[in-house]
Amino acid sequence: MSLLEVDDVVVQFGGVTAVDHASFTAEAGQVTGLIGPNGAGKTTCFNVISGLQRPTQGHVRLDGRDITRMPVHRRSKRGMGRTFQRLEAFGSLTVRENVQVALDIHRGLAGRLRTVGRPARRQRADIDALLERVGVAAYADDRADSVPTGAARLLELARCLAAEPTLLLLDEPSSGLDETETDDFGDLLRELAAEGTAIVMVEHDMDLVMGVCDTIRVLDFGEVIAIGDPAAIRSDPRVQQAYLGYSDETAPADGVDETPTTVLEVTR
Amino acid sequence: METFLALAIPGLFTGAAYAIAASGLVLTYTTTRVFNIAHGAFGMVLSFVFWDLSVRQGWDPLLALVVVILVIAPLIGFVVQRLITRGLGNAPVSVSLVVTVGMFVGLVGLAQQRWPEDRVEVDAPRFVEPFWLTFADGDGVPGWQIGGTTITGHQLITILASIAVAAALYLLLTRTRIGTAMRASVDNPDLLRLFGGKPDDAAALAWMIGMSLAALTGILMVSVVGLSYVDLTLLVVNAYAAALVGRLKSLPMTFVGAMVIGVVEALVAGYSVDNELLATIKPAVVPLVLFVVIVAMPQAQLRIGQVKGMVSAPVPTVPRMGVSAGAVLLVTAMVVATGSEVTLLRLGTAATFAIVMLSLVLLTGYGGHVSLAQLTFAGVGALAYAKLGEPNLLGLGVAVLVAAAVGALVALPVLRLTGLYLALATLAFAVVMEKIVFKNDTIGFGTGGAVEAQRLSILGYRFESTGSYVFVMVALFLLVGVAVLLVRRGVVGRMLIAMRDSPAACGTLGLDLRWFRVGLFAASAGIAGLAGALLAGLRGVIGDTDFVFFNSLPLLLLAVVFGITSVTGATLGGIGLMLLPVLQAESVGGVPLGGVMFMVIGLGAVLAGRDPNGLSSYLFRGGRWVEQRLRTRLSASLPQLPPAGADDVHEDAEEPVAAPARVEVGPGVPARG
Ligand SMILES: Nc1ncnc2c1ncn2[C@@H]1O[C@H](COP(=O)(O)OP(=O)(O)O)[C@@H](O)[C@H]1O
Ligand SMILES: [Mg+2]
Repeated sequence: MSLLEVDDVVVQFGGVTAVDHASFTAEAGQVTGLIGPNGAGKTTCFNVISGLQRPTQGHVRLDGRDITRMPVHRRSKRGMGRTFQRLEAFGSLTVRENVQVALDIHRGLAGRLRTVGRPARRQRADIDALLERVGVAAYADDRADSVPTGAARLLELARCLAAEPTLLLLDEPSSGLDETETDDFGDLLRELAAEGTAIVMVEHDMDLVMGVCDTIRVLDFGEVIAIGDPAAIRSDPRVQQAYLGYSDETAPADGVDETPTTVLEVTR
Repeated sequence: METFLALAIPGLFTGAAYAIAASGLVLTYTTTRVFNIAHGAFGMVLSFVFWDLSVRQGWDPLLALVVVILVIAPLIGFVVQRLITRGLGNAPVSVSLVVTVGMFVGLVGLAQQRWPEDRVEVDAPRFVEPFWLTFADGDGVPGWQIGGTTITGHQLITILASIAVAAALYLLLTRTRIGTAMRASVDNPDLLRLFGGKPDDAAALAWMIGMSLAALTGILMVSVVGLSYVDLTLLVVNAYAAALVGRLKSLPMTFVGAMVIGVVEALVAGYSVDNELLATIKPAVVPLVLFVVIVAMPQAQLRIGQVKGMVSAPVPTVPRMGVSAGAVLLVTAMVVATGSEVTLLRLGTAATFAIVMLSLVLLTGYGGHVSLAQLTFAGVGALAYAKLGEPNLLGLGVAVLVAAAVGALVALPVLRLTGLYLALATLAFAVVMEKIVFKNDTIGFGTGGAVEAQRLSILGYRFESTGSYVFVMVALFLLVGVAVLLVRRGVVGRMLIAMRDSPAACGTLGLDLRWFRVGLFAASAGIAGLAGALLAGLRGVIGDTDFVFFNSLPLLLLAVVFGITSVTGATLGGIGLMLLPVLQAESVGGVPLGGVMFMVIGLGAVLAGRDPNGLSSYLFRGGRWVEQRLRTRLSASLPQLPPAGADDVHEDAEEPVAAPARVEVGPGVPARG
């Protein structure tokens, strides 16, 4: 049984079908790539998995349990963590405080009581170790809205890791990172996977995807058009077709406005 | 059945007027994502303009109508969009609420100033004639008989106007380029820009049309409601309710909602003659409907991609809090020792308002939620304290708990919804309380409008003299202030800020936002209740006029103007609000300041709305500057001193960080589609 199962999910916005009967899985200890052209429905898939978007149809299962209708915050308690394509760092807190909040939320009231008396310094050291691990220790005392995009993305990752997730959803985590940072980031992903975390990553940097993913799902027009390991995906004609004339550097920035939108209805 | 129809049919006509207002509201909201709380206030001012032109200046009513609706209103709409509301749609909802509440209060002030109620003009009666008053049927009875009821020409015109508006909007939105752009600009302004559309033009047009529709509604209703600042303005509550029936996006449903509301209102009014329950709720049917509609709204999904990161006022360290609190107590003691009874009462009032503003620091400054009912919660606290007749800490505690419980009760039904709906729910709640509960003989202030309360005793010592009582009030204010700051410095404070910055991230990190928010709301209402209870003790006699709904608005605005993120802001705001009626009674060079003060506050809020730290942030900046100068001086003259620990001065951001320096990814175009 796979850790995450997305089963026949459909999401419609008015007339637009953003996700069209998509089904795929992700396994513990593996990095799963989710790729596809802009507007293919990758972010919408993540929203469905993390509970920010109710699917029109279909199911999401985590560890065999149907979580399609589970509230957002409960999914985190069951080990899910995610980052956002459009940054959602807590801008007016420092980078360290961002992680601190995540820890506070994760531990809850009971957890706080258990850690009472534990020196604040120890906790701070834990947080700093986490910041060090994802590579944003240099920004620890900066306000999160003043750090570069790449660092803010890594910060979001650190925030997730504070809750010790079993499933990580990363939405374009490497944009904003330079080459060495991207390499370090890839190493970190492999480490996390080796510790048993299931990672699903939406990513446009094909070198990164091909380098770290154990398996890849390709989404196009909301449909899963291919599933396989990097080598198989690279040679799949349908994938080449979908990506024709489309290289990572020249790709227009992905970015469908993610705010739930209201279309003015004039007829019913 | 016949009476039913006779009662219901007139409701359709008022419904038609509400529909016009509500469609304007929906149009501006969908196009620019700014919910214009001041929609009704604009309608009110524009109907005054119409009255001024047609009655005072003697213009032909038709000419005046055309000028107001087709020239003045769109012009105002354009200016408002360009100068005030542009870009607000991307700001946190608390900001757009504050700015539009600012316009609301400013406009009411403008009307009071320009057309004072007590000015008697013989040749300009404060009255607008209904249009076509004298349609007569064959028997010389004005109007037509339909279903046992009489339809007047004015009613006919109202319904025709609403049909015309509906048709025009339909054509505009579906058949024209700019109309399509208006529908699309909310969807994705960047996408629209890419395809050559101009979201700003669409926004301006939406505001122009919205304003015209507000004017039209106001003018149609003014002959029914009368030229009243508040009644005309509050008509908009009906429009809010109708717009929410359309879920702020569907125009047909908005029209249906407006009709239903008009009919319900007419039926309740009609049947209340011989039904006690209906008679009780009659004054507040529409806010009740609004509340019900809000509660029935579908679950809101957590919004992603909002603008985040606000500059927060610095949070002082504990020693610093101690020093400031000591200073305030010292000043209070001096005033208590020397001040007259009047001064003392004013100081007590200022302390009351300052405590209410502390409740807003917690709720709005830290939590990012707006309440338009803080004075109402204060009223609940005052009532509980007075009715309980236990003038001691126990009674005070119970008053706080009752207010907190009521706060939780307001927040609970809107648990699933987001900030805008919470704010509208508080508005509906405040009006219901004012019109029904506060008037009730058993649980309210009663028909007499006042109840008696006694001064507080603590541990057997009774603070009978006004001076000592005021001192206690200030001390309690400081206590609550310190508590609020300690909360801010701790775990809960961090979570509050996090929740304000990104609810979606908090949710995915495992925070149950709903209960957190109810708790926050209850705490805030409890603090306001404390203020009300203390005021009751101070005054000895307290009534519903002390907690008028409308006054919650200037209170919110002053809190924002002085800085809603700091205790200093609350202190200054409390003093400012206390001075307001004092200043209003003054006149400068023969010009009475009554309405001017509202205009100033409204304008202040419009200007300050985007910077929640308000005026007090200048104080902090000045203070830091002085401090730094002193420190460099000091360290220059005493080089052996260790450098003062820079990072234990302020917890929070030292300097406001300007626009986030991050690079946004996107928004771009989807590759295809
Ligand atoms: N809230 C929304 N309202 C309407 N349409 C949306 C919304 N979110 C996404 N879409 C549409 O769904 C499609 C998929 O978007 P998205 O999931 O963001 O794609 P990706 O992340 O793969 O680039 C796009 O066509 C987009 O326009
Ligand atoms: Mg995406």
